[in-house]
Amino acid sequence: MTDRPSLPHNLEPSSDASYLEVLRELVAHLRQNRTQLREEWARRIMGAKFLTAMTNDEILAECSAVYDNYLGALETGSIEALEAYARDLSERIIPRGVETFEVVGIVLLLRDVLARSLFAKYGANQQVLTRVLDAYEPAANRIANTVAVGFVQERERIIRQQQEAIRELSTPVLPVRERLLILPIIGIIDPQRSRQLTEQLLRGIRVNRARVVVMDLTGVPTVDAAVANHLVQTVEAARLVGAEVIVTGLSPELAQTLVTIAVDLGKMATVGDLQGGIEVAEKLLGYKVVPISLQSDP
Amino acid sequence: MDVPILKQRDYLIASIQAVLTDRDLLNLRDKLVQQVGNFRSKGVILDVTGLDVMDSFSVRTLRDMAHMIRLRGADTVIVGIQPEVAFAMVQLGLSLEGVPTALDLEEGLAYLGRIPKRPVPKHRP
Amino acid sequence: MAIFQVNTATTLMDTIETVPIRTVTDIVIARQRGRDRALSMRFSETEATLIATIISELARNIVLYAQHGEILIGSLDNPPRRGISIVSRDEGPGIADVQRALLGGYSTSGGLGLGLCGVRRMVDEFQLETAPGKGTTVAVKKWAR
Ligand SMILES: Nc1ncnc2c1ncn2[C@@H]1O[C@H](COP(=O)(O)OP(=O)(O)OP(=O)(O)O)[C@@H](O)[C@H]1O
Ligand SMILES: [Mg+2]
Repeated sequence: MTDRPSLPHNLEPSSDASYLEVLRELVAHLRQNRTQLREEWARRIMGAKFLTAMTNDEILAECSAVYDNYLGALETGSIEALEAYARDLSERIIPRGVETFEVVGIVLLLRDVLARSLFAKYGANQQVLTRVLDAYEPAANRIANTVAVGFVQERERIIRQQQEAIRELSTPVLPVRERLLILPIIGIIDPQRSRQLTEQLLRGIRVNRARVVVMDLTGVPTVDAAVANHLVQTVEAARLVGAEVIVTGLSPELAQTLVTIAVDLGKMATVGDLQGGIEVAEKLLGYKVVPISLQSDP
Repeated sequence: MDVPILKQRDYLIASIQAVLTDRDLLNLRDKLVQQVGNFRSKGVILDVTGLDVMDSFSVRTLRDMAHMIRLRGADTVIVGIQPEVAFAMVQLGLSLEGVPTALDLEEGLAYLGRIPKRPVPKHRP
Repeated sequence: MAIFQVNTATTLMDTIETVPIRTVTDIVIARQRGRDRALSMRFSETEATLIATIISELARNIVLYAQHGEILIGSLDNPPRRGISIVSRDEGPGIADVQRALLGGYSTSGGLGLGLCGVRRMVDEFQLETAPGKGTTVAVKKWAR
């Protein structure tokens, strides 16, 4: 939360006695009519076709909670509780596809519902009405602002998080044991991604001092000739920085593409599946302990 | 820019620590091929960490060098190719085919240590 | 000359740096200038190495086949894209068989014959103009990722 701009935590610094009295009175009024106003608000939300991703019961439940928090903020002048609730609410509804315009619309609707109710009650006396609105408006505006800004920030945070997760997911380089990296590739590879993948792998080899890499293509549905060439380049580049690559999980289609574009598969160490690949890799790493000359000499 | 060649037991170690011109690289090649014979070295480690670029000329020179050293009875391993340099090499279509590579000096030494002894030509009945 | 003007339509003229190429030392100087330019334009370390490699190939061809010539390094301004333009030009013998030279594996100097076709693969735009006895100009552009 370090990047949150500081929001005012007091609605109205004025401690003017008459102002406080008016505020107390209007809160009392809104509390008295709690049930009716809350339902009116929910009706307006559904009528405006906001929150279509949620059931009516869910909307009613959230309306109750927000309404009470809203009154609390009006009454105490502290928006912290409301702010926390708005963040929590955003976190819950963002994954369900609720959009910014809906949240802003909902808050403005509540403002409208409450203002109408105040009009109905105090409208007869222009002077009182003015004083009530003077107390209500700035407070309501700041609350609306808090909720909307909270939502947008939460949304941005989630989007950032997802983007990072996707970036990492698309090319994980996993050090499974000393000197051994696994590179499971999942999904479609395009030239842009295969370049990223190569750069990440080469850096991973240096950082982990890897001697063997198992590149698993089980999750790759198809490749075209350009990408196949990139894969071959990746294998070669890895060798240049000092690691041997074992390719696993080549589907029949993939194998065919590689052959068709005249990739010399003999140059690439391939093993059927990931498990087999890891076994071969471990044997390669264990080569130091049991030299081939001792094994092969009868 | 003269590249120093160190002798360590059976091995020669040359570390390129700065950018080389084509002429420097050719000089290094000739010196290494020469010294492998003089010292009867079994292996050569060429550390190219300092090379900023490996283009078609450097690759050809290094490949030739490895082959010449091979003919003189020793193995060559090239170590320290930087990720960016490796990336550019394959993009250019260059591979150091037939020339062993390792991560760094330490890995290069380990590699040479793992190579089984050359079979001594035996008289067959 | 003609190519150069076409190719640098978006090159900022005041950013163009000319590196004369006569010796193998100039090859190193030119590619270092290219790397510095790339890094100063926030190209990644990998991309800067690609730029340096491209310049190395083109500059070596000058030294090898034309004896002398020059490399021009310019910044491309096409917001939001950032790019580098590299032009290599000489007044040497020209390339006799352009088709084969671009195909790769063809060399008149016992090389790998990979320089030109490799450079072509590494860049976003590639233009080559050559005439026997007149010289050779290679103009390429590479955009930052
Ligand atoms: N600037 C030039 N002037 C004249 N001929 C050139 C020039 N550049 C390239 N060539 C011709 O084109 C051929 C191919 O060039 P390319 O750079 O692709 O390969 P190479 O220089 O022969 O070998 P490599 O670059 O792989 O070491 C050269 O052999 C040469 O005949
Ligand atoms: Mg060349």
